[in-house]
Amino acid sequence: MKEAKILIYDGSFNGFLTAVFKTFDERIEVADIQKNSEAQRGLFSDTETVFTQMDKAKRVWNGIQKKSNSAIKNVYFAFLSEHKGIEMLLYRYIRKLFSPTDMMHLNFSDDTVLKIDQLTKSVGREKHRMEAFVRFQLTQDGIYFANIEPDFDVLPLISKHFRSRYADQQWMIYDVKRKYGIFYDLDSVEIVSLDIKEVYANSIHKNDTFSGIEYDYQDLWNNYFKSTNIKSRINRKLHTQHVPKRYWKYLSEKKQAV
Amino acid sequence: MSFERIREKLNILADAAKYDVSCSSSGSKRSNTNKGLGDSSGMGICHSYTEDGRCVSLLKILLTNYCIFDCAYCVTRKSNDIKRAAFKIQEVVDLTINFYRRNYIEGLFLSSGIFKNPDYTMERLVAVAKKLRLEENFNGYIHLKSIPGASDELMREAGLWADRLSVNIEVPTISGLKLLAPDKKHEDFTKPMLKVKTEILQYQAEKKVIKSTPKYAPAGQSTQMIIGATGESDKDIMYSATHYYRKYHMKRVYYSGYVPVAEDNRLPAIGTQVPMLRENRLYQTDWLLRFYGFSVHEILNDKHPNLDVEIDPKLSWALRNLHYFPIDINTADKHLLARVPGLGMKSVSKILKGRKFRKLNWDHLKKIGVALNRAKYFILCDSRYWERKDLQAAQIKGMILQNSQGKFRSTHSAQLSLFN
Repeated sequence: MKEAKILIYDGSFNGFLTAVFKTFDERIEVADIQKNSEAQRGLFSDTETVFTQMDKAKRVWNGIQKKSNSAIKNVYFAFLSEHKGIEMLLYRYIRKLFSPTDMMHLNFSDDTVLKIDQLTKSVGREKHRMEAFVRFQLTQDGIYFANIEPDFDVLPLISKHFRSRYADQQWMIYDVKRKYGIFYDLDSVEIVSLDIKEVYANSIHKNDTFSGIEYDYQDLWNNYFKSTNIKSRINRKLHTQHVPKRYWKYLSEKKQAV
Repeated sequence: MSFERIREKLNILADAAKYDVSCSSSGSKRSNTNKGLGDSSGMGICHSYTEDGRCVSLLKILLTNYCIFDCAYCVTRKSNDIKRAAFKIQEVVDLTINFYRRNYIEGLFLSSGIFKNPDYTMERLVAVAKKLRLEENFNGYIHLKSIPGASDELMREAGLWADRLSVNIEVPTISGLKLLAPDKKHEDFTKPMLKVKTEILQYQAEKKVIKSTPKYAPAGQSTQMIIGATGESDKDIMYSATHYYRKYHMKRVYYSGYVPVAEDNRLPAIGTQVPMLRENRLYQTDWLLRFYGFSVHEILNDKHPNLDVEIDPKLSWALRNLHYFPIDINTADKHLLARVPGLGMKSVSKILKGRKFRKLNWDHLKKIGVALNRAKYFILCDSRYWERKDLQAAQIKGMILQNSQGKFRSTHSAQLSLFN
């Protein structure tokens, strides 16, 4: 019997796709695919490090896309979920996709397919929430700045949405948890990794970084938020269901509540 | 500008506009092509939710709450003693743009009390939308209210700048309207609707020939009805809703549980509970009609003029029509599957895809997300176990109610709670 191998990649999506390419190319029996940051040796298996190669990753991407557009979305979204063991789950999913029986990825009676579908859905939901809950604050230098702290790594997914929406203003969205952000300079969106020490969460205290008019508009928004509420229909449970408390700290309308 | 004054106006005019339920921001196709601000080509986004659990996606305000009419159900009616205010056109534009830039909103929902006359008011609303589009290069979502009685020319222009237009008929029956809003005629409401509908059809037809035809109200039109103000039955409401869907090609009809705002012997007294559960059941019915292939007389008819508040309308239809069931999940076609209580359209589509590979059993259905507590009485699947007893409708209903927890249960149950 061929010995199973553990493949170790650099943690990037393209790295993962390269690893998948390798398994198909060299017909490797895979025991596990792991990020190099959290690699763990197995007792009975060899490890091998995979170096990211864009052309190979691209081939896998194209291959999946050719099979199905929804599958490529599922693979990318589910990967960004950072779910433990997502690599093997995706690997099995991709195997199904290329299996001789057609359309195996639509077999909703299969556990792998259902799990991937659920992960895709939660990442999609988080992406949508971030499109809704980003609150820009205008800085003194005229940049609209926002902090987020999403459950999943959704910045790459929301960049297009904000680029097409705010084409005429400079903006930056910074992921506090993963310590990188995306910045739009009126021309294109760039990934910037910087370590911002200060977290500009909601606070009643004003911060010099932001322009004075910023706080006036936040105040207007808070007022609007309050007056548009119908008191006789109050339903706090539904409210927190839609706006879970973990997001409140960056929402200016929840300033008082935090 | 003075923020103090703006804030005061915003409080008054947002407070008056909040009884309009529509806040949808989807369905438009206005993409940002000119490096301007905003894009409303995708799905709608709810940027926040108020404490009553309703979504905030648009800046929903009145231009003014001065009004020459005296409709009993309305908070801004002439005879009501409240603070009045009015925005300048530029103020609305500034607010919209600045809120939008901070990602607070998807766009503007602008309504107004009627001052001087309908045309004068409509002209102001159109001016705001026009200014946003032309001067600010704004591609966000704009929802304008059509003022009842506004002229055809103004309605025509409104559709060119707005994404959605709406007239609220508010009272579902003509007799109710006479009682509560004696100054308004039914035709005042339907005339702008008809105009908008014909314009939409005309622009769509032209678009097929000339590609550069401008957009006309790409997100269609909608309307709203008050529930529980005039003693109308659910049948009255849903039949009238179906009429508006069919005749005026409404994108949506909204149902709004009446919130008592005035002491008036024609209306429920202040402090009366808002009929939220009834509202919920009406929306469920609306969905059944639009997405599940039901027709309105199957759910509501002379024998059953009102919806059962205890159970959802699909379940109560199924209990009245037990002869269609049980159906086999692995062979039934899509229309039949959609009629099974506890199956939504998402589950239906997963079942259709999944059953190509193997016969589905209870475990599969559960993982797919089917509400088996309701569905199990109505289906067969690849299993030896299924409900064999010849249960009567009342028995099934009793068992479902016993084994489930509804969020509204406490409001209509006769059982008193032991603690609290």
